[in-house]
Amino acid sequence: MSHIVTIAKRELAGYFATPVAYVFIVIFLLLASAFTFYLGGLYERGQADLAPFFTFHPWLYLFLIPAISMRLWAEERKSGSVELLLTQPVTLWQAVLGKFLAAWAFTALALALTFPIWITVNYLGSPDNGVILAAYIGSLLMAGGFLAIGSCMSALTRNQVVAFILAVVVCFAFLLAGFPLVLDAFRAWAPQVLIDAIASLSFLTHFESISKGVLDVRDLLYFALTMAFFLIATAIILDVRKAE
Amino acid sequence: MIKTERLTKRYDTLTAVDGVSFEARPGEVLGFLGPNGAGKTTTMRMIAGFIAPTEGRASICGHDVEREPLAARAQLGYLPEGAPSYGEMSVRGFLDFIADLRGLAGATRRNRLDQVTERLALGGVAAQTIDTLSKGFRRRVGIAQAILHDPPVLVLDEPTDGLDPNQKHEVRTLINEMAAQKTIVVSTHILEEVEAVCTRAIIIAHGRIVADDTPQGLAARSRYHNAVSLRLERPAQLAAARTALSALPQVASIEVDEPTLRLTALPRDGAPLLAEVNAIAARESLALRTLELEPGRLDEVFRGITT
Repeated sequence: MSHIVTIAKRELAGYFATPVAYVFIVIFLLLASAFTFYLGGLYERGQADLAPFFTFHPWLYLFLIPAISMRLWAEERKSGSVELLLTQPVTLWQAVLGKFLAAWAFTALALALTFPIWITVNYLGSPDNGVILAAYIGSLLMAGGFLAIGSCMSALTRNQVVAFILAVVVCFAFLLAGFPLVLDAFRAWAPQVLIDAIASLSFLTHFESISKGVLDVRDLLYFALTMAFFLIATAIILDVRKAE
Repeated sequence: MIKTERLTKRYDTLTAVDGVSFEARPGEVLGFLGPNGAGKTTTMRMIAGFIAPTEGRASICGHDVEREPLAARAQLGYLPEGAPSYGEMSVRGFLDFIADLRGLAGATRRNRLDQVTERLALGGVAAQTIDTLSKGFRRRVGIAQAILHDPPVLVLDEPTDGLDPNQKHEVRTLINEMAAQKTIVVSTHILEEVEAVCTRAIIIAHGRIVADDTPQGLAARSRYHNAVSLRLERPAQLAAARTALSALPQVASIEVDEPTLRLTALPRDGAPLLAEVNAIAARESLALRTLELEPGRLDEVFRGITT
């Protein structure tokens, strides 16, 4: 456990040692507010809630989360530090989890920094803060899912750009799993059971219900399982390819 | 101690390491030599547990590196090839991170950090980002990381690569100082390193061990072993010296380097020559600038068995 914390702390400090953290946070906050006020029309709707804010999170994450996750393992493999890390008395698990948790904590920080928007709606009206809290939790869980996918893609390659593109593509597929764009590719040949299964993998559907304030165990479980699956995949891929 | 048994690593078409077995004991500094691509780094990585062998096994202080990886790694200090570290961290931050992973705490931790920083002269750059350091400093940070927890076993992959002559000397002195209590394996392709630090040398080529001997034993395989070299004062004596030396029954052949007036008499079957050559020099009243007995040339032995 203490090794996971040590690795996570180092990783997190690494974000702030380079401009990555600051650039990411600024861009995230700018885009989040621009989407909320201009595309979402927070004021014009005349409703005291944060629906216009959360609606755009999946799309923001689609590009911003891979930008965080791309360096997780690709950079370690490129610089060779993966050899240093994995020959210390730590297990592969602790390393995978430590680095993932650092990235997740960083996203949580960026998300927490959107609090002025919450203050704004509370100043303008009296929103249901329970719904807002649930939506924040949902958003954080979804970010975790994206990050786990990104971590897995980053373990596949030594090249960060490749890791970024792979992560965007896979995240996009997961985002739209319930929509014709993805489902049509399977309809022609796959049995209905499989199509239903794929449709149920959609991030959007699961996020939508949480962001409406419904904390359903199935949705929480869905994100937890997605993270577990991709983190296990990360460890397996690393075990095979770390030295290449 | 380190023990490997028929350690083998095969890739699709290539056998990088092929049945490497050896044992290294405390007090031994084992030089792992070989041309580039011979399988040195792959062997080091298997010992460190970074890659899994296709066949065979390795153990550190009795702990199998695959079955008890954490116990084995706890006994090991490892400098990977190229001395990788986290470039965006400061030297102090990096060593603190390693100390955390190594579970060092309290006074031991402070002592070890101080000792290592002082021993590798990292005090002046402790606050600097590793990326901004010269190659020599980065290598020393890598060595500092490897010895921080004072491990009984050290595996150093090319520890002096990229260092200037003074730094090389420093690192070799450090290795010699630690040698008494520890088992140390040093991989290198620098032959002078073997003579400077190693008590034993293993030469590998194409993934196989082709020689396992002391540096002196290896040098004795050279045809220059026990050869005598002399440098003359006067060019006029060159022909006479050559004739007189060739006449000796123990001499197999003579090599002459005219510009430097240097003659090397190679012995037949390594027989000692010095007394005879000395007698001839006196008889022919040769004016000598230098006269030396050669222990043998490692580079020649190395070329002979690796090509």
